[in-house]
Amino acid sequence: MLHNLDNTGRGFDPVRQMRFAQRDMSRLFDNLRVAAPPEFPPMNVWAGSDGAVVTAEIPGVVPEELDIAVHQNTVTLRGRRTAQPPADDAVVHRQERITGAFARNLVLPFRVDGDRVKATFRNGVLRLDLPRPEADKPHKITVSRI
Amino acid sequence: MSDQQPNGLQPAEATRSEPAFTPPTDIVETTAGVQMVLDMPGADPDTLDVTLDNRVLRISARSQSSGPDGYALVHAEYRDGSYERSFTVSEPIDVGRIEAVLKDGVLRLTLPKAAPSPAAKINVKAD
Repeated sequence: MLHNLDNTGRGFDPVRQMRFAQRDMSRLFDNLRVAAPPEFPPMNVWAGSDGAVVTAEIPGVVPEELDIAVHQNTVTLRGRRTAQPPADDAVVHRQERITGAFARNLVLPFRVDGDRVKATFRNGVLRLDLPRPEADKPHKITVSRI
Repeated sequence: MSDQQPNGLQPAEATRSEPAFTPPTDIVETTAGVQMVLDMPGADPDTLDVTLDNRVLRISARSQSSGPDGYALVHAEYRDGSYERSFTVSEPIDVGRIEAVLKDGVLRLTLPKAAPSPAAKINVKAD
């Protein structure tokens, strides 16, 4: 490839030098990735031998209004944090809390037994117990000597 | 109301290794008082501490560990720790009627304004 030759010899090609510089810059910015903003709600996932436990921090949400759906290996969590409209004479000094609808999907590396999923809500933290179906659990095979 | 800033001072160091979080706060002021709403998910109501001292309102709580037994943490987006935040209150507050309710991880503080002291008439004596 001609343009990959080093710029040696007597001839100095400024156009080629610029092309090299451009390529170097493109490579530099190609590796740059802007970190994704954190999703709401923040979730922790715990794994065990008989399933997984997912905990999510969703303060101020009415647990009865949460929409939790389990389909095969996907868990979907939907909800809404309602904002209280301030009174007429109110002055808002700070508004830092997130409001609005949220939804998160979680794909697990195993199927979930939808009938035995348990959801508990305590102090603003939702805990989902996602057990694996009995038929899907790994079987221990004993080796017999002949 | 404003966040209390230690002007020109080194911030105090923590004695625990766990992180201290600043809970996101909504502050709304009406003629009757000041309403504060703080997000403190996982905060233990027994450890919640709200003090108003010399116009500095200090709120602190510790969050309970939510880790289930027999499970290993494989993905973490939040951590356990303590919540801490303090505010400087500019209005005179009726300390006796402050209400604090912690429900579903949200702390609601109602700070009623103190009744203004009645205007005092000062008699001027003329010599």
